[in-house]
Amino acid sequence: MSAKDDIVIIGAAETDELGKLPHMSTTGLHLQGARNALADAGMTPADIDGIATVQTPGPVAIAHAMGIEAKWLDGTGVGGTSFLFHVRHAAGAIRAGLAETVLITHGESGRSRVDAPGWGRSPQSLNGQFEAPFGVFGPPTAFTLTALRFMHETGTTLEQLAEVAVAQRRWSSQNPRAAMQDLATVDDVLASKMIAWPFTLLMCCLVTDGGGALVVTTREKAEARGYDKPLVHLLGAGEAADSPMVSQMPDMTSFGGFKRSSAAAFAEAGISHSDVDHLMIYDAFAHVPLYGLEDAGFVGRGEAGAFVAEGNTSPGGRLPMNTNGGGMSYTHTGMYGMFAIQEAVRQVRGEAAAQVEGVERSVVMGNGGMFMAGATLVLGRSPR
Amino acid sequence: MPPPTKPAPVPTPETLPFWEGCAAGELRIQRCTSCGKHVFYPRPACPFCYSTELEWVVSDGTATLHSYVISHRAAPGFAEDVPYVIAIVELPEGVRMMTNLVEVEADPEKLPLDMPLRVVFEPRGDVHLPLFAPAGSAA
Repeated sequence: MSAKDDIVIIGAAETDELGKLPHMSTTGLHLQGARNALADAGMTPADIDGIATVQTPGPVAIAHAMGIEAKWLDGTGVGGTSFLFHVRHAAGAIRAGLAETVLITHGESGRSRVDAPGWGRSPQSLNGQFEAPFGVFGPPTAFTLTALRFMHETGTTLEQLAEVAVAQRRWSSQNPRAAMQDLATVDDVLASKMIAWPFTLLMCCLVTDGGGALVVTTREKAEARGYDKPLVHLLGAGEAADSPMVSQMPDMTSFGGFKRSSAAAFAEAGISHSDVDHLMIYDAFAHVPLYGLEDAGFVGRGEAGAFVAEGNTSPGGRLPMNTNGGGMSYTHTGMYGMFAIQEAVRQVRGEAAAQVEGVERSVVMGNGGMFMAGATLVLGRSPR
Repeated sequence: MPPPTKPAPVPTPETLPFWEGCAAGELRIQRCTSCGKHVFYPRPACPFCYSTELEWVVSDGTATLHSYVISHRAAPGFAEDVPYVIAIVELPEGVRMMTNLVEVEADPEKLPLDMPLRVVFEPRGDVHLPLFAPAGSAA
């Protein structure tokens, strides 16, 4: 692929801290992530001509706050996977000549809720009529609703569900920035506080404050600037929509967002599963990575639970997954997708806290809403 | 401040026949007269063939338990219900809807998937909500 069509991530960074940050607003978190990512890229706001971010506070506010006269803006907001969509959209825009260098930002005061958007939905919305009246209370009681059906159809056990959380603690125990670093056993997971049967607390993601940003451009531009870190190439990407309400998924045991976006991304990248050295699957709750492993075809139907339980995704396993500790043990601001991309970039560059040896290709799979929208990125150390 | 009340749906023109059905003790869903498929939630056009010729039909009030959680966290207004069952049920026509299970203990042992259910209607705000009870329980 020519240097001007080869899309690279030239800057990637998170906020200085993650966790409980009541001294920072939602916008402040975006801007600190952006500052750190620009520093990583060796750039200033003057180098940026495109902005993508979600609607709080939106691309106009970010561009304005940074003094950027953007000529391309993308406010796609489809939940926590939005930043994967932004990377794909930025690649298309750059190849089409609509922008040269795009800044993608995330900031969310998920825990402290400083200038955070409200949760309220109109009682006339589809959700307000057909889900909210039944006492769903955010993701822990709605995102989880599909799991018993999945377990029933695939033979996945409760212990295997717990193993997802156990495996990710093995990674987070090696990551000083992870919120939860203590190793956990299946018994620990099952004995933790019941949230929504069959989900206990340790099978649920964290709720934190934090942010991060990415700078996306072409290899041509990166080389012209004398960029000296390993470039992270976008080898393929895909996006897909499933259902606006979890209760209306066509199949509660398979997520079209993972299935279709991964097929598109793998096809564009021209890779097969055995080419993947490292994997990030958005783990809002313990069942979601099991869907991802099956929907993307890393394992066969009904095999994901045993695959994780046998250690294949743990340190030393053949498919290292969620190596930062994931949304369950690293951080989860609400829209975790940005952090999944950040860890994949670190792994491809070779600078992760729990670094996997020789990562040539990493796959990131994002979920938005509750099985609402999905996207997949294939990132590589070498061009396509 | 009074305690929070449970959220009540407010119908739109597209969904009003469904809610009117619930008030009349009927579970009404849409059926496409062009391709014959059933549709829920209410929509102006069939998602399978895009026909706008949708009719309202009355489902027989039975369903099976497709999936569920037992919530140990109280949504606003649900403090006295904890733990409570939030379920997805499947009607004989194949459509699914979210609901609560009533007249049954919130105990996984009592709640095997695919167990037969029947609809009951509970007043809430200006509408009646379709909830489901075990098929064999007293009416």
